[in-house]
Amino acid sequence: MGTRECNHICDESSPGIGEAGITGEWRIVVPSIDEKKCIPARSNKPTCFLCWLYCPEAVITKGIPPSINLEYCKGCGICSQVCPVQAITMLPEEKM
Amino acid sequence: MAIQKKSNIHILDGNQAAAIAAKLSRVQVIAAYPITPQTPLTEQLSQYVEAGELQAEYVAVESEHSAMAVCTSASLVGARTFTATSSHGLAYMHEMLHWAAGARLPIVLACVNRAIGAPWNVLNDQQDSISQRDTGWIQIYCRNNQEIMDTVIQAYRIAEIVHVPVMVCYDGYILSHTEMPVDIPDQKDVDRYLPPYKPHTVLDPANPKNYNLVTLANPRVGVDGKLCHGYMELRYLLQEALQNSRETILQAGKEFNEVFGRDYANMFWEDREDAEIIIVAMGSLAMEAIVAADMLREEGIRVGVLGLRVFRPFPKSDVVRALRKSKLIVVFDKNISYGSEGATCSEIKSALYGTYINASIRNFIVGLGGRDVKARELVDATRKAIASLKETVINPDYPEWICQI
Amino acid sequence: MAQKSSLNNRPLEIRWHGRGGQGAITAAKIIAQAAYVKGYQGVTAAPSFGAERRGAPVSASTRISHEPVLVVSQVENPDIVVVLDHTLLKYPDVTQGLGKNGWLVVNSPLPPKELGIKGEFNIATADATKVCQDLGLIVAGLVIVNTAILGAVIKATRIVDLPTLEKVMRERFSNSTVDINLAAINKTHEITKLAK
Ligand code: SF4
Ligand code: SF4
Repeated sequence: MGTRECNHICDESSPGIGEAGITGEWRIVVPSIDEKKCIPARSNKPTCFLCWLYCPEAVITKGIPPSINLEYCKGCGICSQVCPVQAITMLPEEKM
Repeated sequence: MAIQKKSNIHILDGNQAAAIAAKLSRVQVIAAYPITPQTPLTEQLSQYVEAGELQAEYVAVESEHSAMAVCTSASLVGARTFTATSSHGLAYMHEMLHWAAGARLPIVLACVNRAIGAPWNVLNDQQDSISQRDTGWIQIYCRNNQEIMDTVIQAYRIAEIVHVPVMVCYDGYILSHTEMPVDIPDQKDVDRYLPPYKPHTVLDPANPKNYNLVTLANPRVGVDGKLCHGYMELRYLLQEALQNSRETILQAGKEFNEVFGRDYANMFWEDREDAEIIIVAMGSLAMEAIVAADMLREEGIRVGVLGLRVFRPFPKSDVVRALRKSKLIVVFDKNISYGSEGATCSEIKSALYGTYINASIRNFIVGLGGRDVKARELVDATRKAIASLKETVINPDYPEWICQI
Repeated sequence: MAQKSSLNNRPLEIRWHGRGGQGAITAAKIIAQAAYVKGYQGVTAAPSFGAERRGAPVSASTRISHEPVLVVSQVENPDIVVVLDHTLLKYPDVTQGLGKNGWLVVNSPLPPKELGIKGEFNIATADATKVCQDLGLIVAGLVIVNTAILGAVIKATRIVDLPTLEKVMRERFSNSTVDINLAAINKTHEITKLAK
């Protein structure tokens, strides 16, 4: 079976979680959110969510506190870099 | 001519013809960087936009690379886009030319053919566009300013059907700066001939899509469960689109004739009493070649002229048909594929392989960097080619150059 | 589109010599347009190719034919040479290739015989500079002779007539400048001296 019925003539795809495969398998460090520091968790308000905005795999939810889908979180650490209150720490994978 | 229309002839240079054609095509986004000898074309277009005569966004970019980047983005979101460049500008655009074709965007680019340095030279040859041969663009060459006008309009029609960008090439100075009579089509007729652009990709925030992301070697199943093309399948489709575009190009020429009364095919064939000697040339040189053929005919040598118009996709079968009675083919190239021969000569040889045509082929490199090419020089070269047949009919490995070394 | 060669009807070729800024190219274009209006199907007008600098010698060319012009190479054997600035006469390439029965048209205060130019061609001269000075046809300190000299060109060669030229001038020039230019053409036409 060929790809002829994929009627796109240039590369076109729908964005979505898992677009690049099971990216959770790539992870060697894992993000961990400290609820004592995380702004939405502390204030109980839907605010900040910079980690959600910046996550390249779109695996962070806008929850209170935010949660991370570890099946697809690739462990890039961008969330921990953008968090304004250093609430996210990257831990070695085996320690989880 | 199919119909007699009231003509609206003005004396225009090639750049003016291209600018008016872009305006008549109702381009919506123009992104260009000025470079000799293309500059008057972009100046004219920016004036149209400034004066409100053309409802378009003119993006004054800082380089040709950005010009093509703007065109690809604008085309992707559904605008009819136009750009123009020459020489080093086209070379600088190289990466984005691949991108435009790979993304299958119907951009039209006017390439005002100019030599490339080192050393610096602002004059005409066709090395610039020939060097972009393998970027996946359709390439059409013009012989005069009327053809520039008509070809830019046809280019949109072709590009938007086959989803392949089109480069309309015309000789710098020889056409770009030389005025001659040009019939300016009526806007109503152009609108009839060229319906508004319908993009194949629609960027819609409500239904977000990824375009041209990292694409793996093999096809894969997307998040929506559909099997998507891999990189190679997309490349195949581009090649297939160019292969199949012959019909669209011929159809666009035919329909153009129906509306405007000027007929176009994918080449210009000047049949001369079953001539066995054929001169091949591309661009304005194909006009001078007709004069040369007439001079030879006065000496009793029967010569036909094949003017190449569409260089990509190369019209192999049509060229073979035109050359079917040939015994000697004299190919003049205003470009050189270093270490090999002129690019059009290679195409002719490749087209003839495996056919029953067993003609001798002589290739001459002429007119590089604005070197004037006179009809009598074409005559002398053709005579020399005829004389060389007495020594050998075998095709030489390398071309001869008409220069003073 | 089939093209027919104009060989049997070799185009008339004009080469213009001037200095950058004098408007030789515009003159080449005006004559081409006038010839087209007069009924010639094939006309081309081109500058000399490449960079142009103010004050430096420049040239331009016009081809006129009853059939579409197919020749795209540069003019080699002009039928007419027009010189907008007589100081250019010292360069041999100005009259190069000018054939028998051709015309050399020079903006000069001297009559043709006194130009000191030898050749088998005819000569026409007119002091277009003085005509333009008298009329005040001066832009940025430069006397603009390119339209005036057309009067001499058409008197000598009769390619087009004065009414056709006037028609084209009215199309190309604004109302405010066309009359003075037409006056310059007419005056130069009147004073042109011919030597066959
Ligand atoms: S940004 Fe954080 S949650 Fe998202 S993939 Fe990277 S490490 Fe995982
Ligand atoms: S960026 Fe930091 S503070 Fe903001 S929501 Fe994410 S974890 Fe909480």
